[in-house]
Amino acid sequence: MDLRYTPAEEQFRDELRTWLGTTLPTLPAAPAADNWPERRRFDSNWQRLLFEAGYAGVDWPSEGGGRGSSPIEQLIFKEECARADAPYVGVNFVGLLHAGPTIIAEGNPTQRERYLAPILRGEEVWCQGFSEPDAGSDLASLRTKAVRDGDEYVVTGSKIWTSHAEVADQCEILVRTGAEGNKGITWLIMPMDSPGIEIRPLRTIAGSTEFAELFLNDVRIPVANRVGEENDGWRVTMVTLSFERGTAFVGDLLESMGLLHSLRQLASRLDLMDDSGLERRIGHLGAAFDALWALTKRNVSEAAQTGIPGIGGSVFKLSFSEHAQALGDLAMEVLDRAALSGDPLLGADGVALGNEEQLHNWFKSINLTIAAGTSQVQRNIVAERILGLPRVR
Amino acid sequence: MDFRISADQRQLADGIRAMVQGRLPLDRLRAHEGAATVIGADEWAALGETGVFSLTLPEPDGIGLGMADAVVVFEELGRALVPGPLVGTFLAASAGLVEGAADGLVQVGVLSAGSDPILVEHLPDLAGLLVVSGFARGATARFLSTVPSAESATRILAPLDPLTPLWHLASLPAGEPVRDVGFRFVRDGSLLTAALQVGHAAETLDLAVAYAKERHQFGKPIGSFQAVKHICADMLVRSEVARSAVQAAACLADDPDVVASEAQLSGHTAEQVISRAVMGAKVLADEAALANARAAIQVHGGMGYTWEVPLHLHLKRSRLLATTFGTPAQLSAALSTLL
Repeated sequence: MDLRYTPAEEQFRDELRTWLGTTLPTLPAAPAADNWPERRRFDSNWQRLLFEAGYAGVDWPSEGGGRGSSPIEQLIFKEECARADAPYVGVNFVGLLHAGPTIIAEGNPTQRERYLAPILRGEEVWCQGFSEPDAGSDLASLRTKAVRDGDEYVVTGSKIWTSHAEVADQCEILVRTGAEGNKGITWLIMPMDSPGIEIRPLRTIAGSTEFAELFLNDVRIPVANRVGEENDGWRVTMVTLSFERGTAFVGDLLESMGLLHSLRQLASRLDLMDDSGLERRIGHLGAAFDALWALTKRNVSEAAQTGIPGIGGSVFKLSFSEHAQALGDLAMEVLDRAALSGDPLLGADGVALGNEEQLHNWFKSINLTIAAGTSQVQRNIVAERILGLPRVR
Repeated sequence: MDFRISADQRQLADGIRAMVQGRLPLDRLRAHEGAATVIGADEWAALGETGVFSLTLPEPDGIGLGMADAVVVFEELGRALVPGPLVGTFLAASAGLVEGAADGLVQVGVLSAGSDPILVEHLPDLAGLLVVSGFARGATARFLSTVPSAESATRILAPLDPLTPLWHLASLPAGEPVRDVGFRFVRDGSLLTAALQVGHAAETLDLAVAYAKERHQFGKPIGSFQAVKHICADMLVRSEVARSAVQAAACLADDPDVVASEAQLSGHTAEQVISRAVMGAKVLADEAALANARAAIQVHGGMGYTWEVPLHLHLKRSRLLATTFGTPAQLSAALSTLL
């Protein structure tokens, strides 16, 4: 057990910190939350800057054009970016974190040549068409159908939870080409300007519009856009998951730690810290987030040595999502009536309360136990794959 | 950075586990339930020979290891329900306070200052008693080289933990101040106590999972029901999160350079950085041990409520340990000022 970084890791951190220090002040002001075309421009510009500085695809292997950094360096990268308040992956998280790594692992040379560089340079944005209205946790029951017609698949069906569909160029989509279950699924690249795609934005409880539904009516996708073999798409998808190195929630965790710190300061300003119950809940959340940061380091160390993050991913997500929700709930209590406003408010001392940020985080936290595997599915995974409890359906 | 248990640490844990299974198996320990002395001089010396109390002493007196190794060892002791004043004896040995403590020839207790009522564990077996108070810079330690006799105290006839005999004292002599070790005693004592708790949390998880696999109802192992699976999954989450916290805090205790860089980042002092990590670890480990013992009893159903099944021993020991080196409530309140 050693928390000490090597000199090479420290050097990586120092260089990155210096670069962030000079680059971040040159960024334009961040666009409004729901102005997707502007956000695409902003995020793509950031990606381009990362690319030019050699930081694009820190978590991509070098054969895919990425930096080929070790999991420890990936952790440092995410930590420093979060601490410096740098933009996160943004609108192209599907391209950078999912579709790109899939094409590196399973794409053919033509596909790698065509798709990878535009992701790294911030030129093309991807979205994901996996979930369906009737296929959520049970993804393998998806029904969007693809029928072969010469050199094309003709795709009909609907997809849901497709983030940033309105500003995406490509969509990684799972379609049914064969029998029921996970043996009849195929992974395709669907250009978003194909005729027959209707995009209907979904509004979340936070009022935001990052998600959309896709309705696909006879969308023609070239067979050349298939990644992997026909009916082998489930395996292709699982391969991508193995790219996770235990760093998926670093940004969220550090953000939660920052919010807790702000909340504690706010509670002091509002003279609430003589409430021992509140003190304890704040201290307890601090202990939990610190422990989760330690768990992250263990998971990443595991990935660095063995190539897989071990048992940690589900364990981390279960615990983090619960504590992030507890933080959100606590913030609502501390803010009291100020939590009724999504507009920034000032306290009696004339200083901003930060209510809008805490409110936003509260909404976001509610989705943490649902997105990327509900907590119920995660518990099944932990119980069956880690603890070896019998799988009976 | 490589924050995994090293091969050496794994080997150390295995060695301790084998020694404990050979010398202090649960059925032998349980034969002393309710007795005034629950662990014999031979068994205590066996712990000493294995290096349990001298792990962090420099060679040739000790093994020259760090707290990161000590927490691995103490996790095993917790798992196996090893009784006795493990933490006090370790601390006394680490400061050379009592001749023979490092070798397991004597037992030394530890108590928090100002605790009321004054309940001392293992009183007749003690060759000394440490009294610690506070945390961080304000932490102090005193030492009683003469412990009040058992005759001068009232024995608790129904102690919560059948393997931790207790005596009630009306008052406690002040003892002699022990200079310059207060912070370290509280730090290491909290860490080792938290490590024992992680051991309890891990053991009750293992017992629950094993039972869920073998116990059948409605024609299936109860572990195939999601309601039971999810209890077990939550137990694993608690023990893994707590273990990460304990091990990270132990690494900080061993490495001033890492502490210095964290201190720089957070704007706190080195002592505050360590205190935050150690207190947080104790809070989470206490909670994991208590919650997992309760959950394991639930998974065992009626059998879990029997004296025969050892889950209550873990629950009771965890409850006892949660009252030493600060309760979760005290520690989490104190922690809120260090964020």
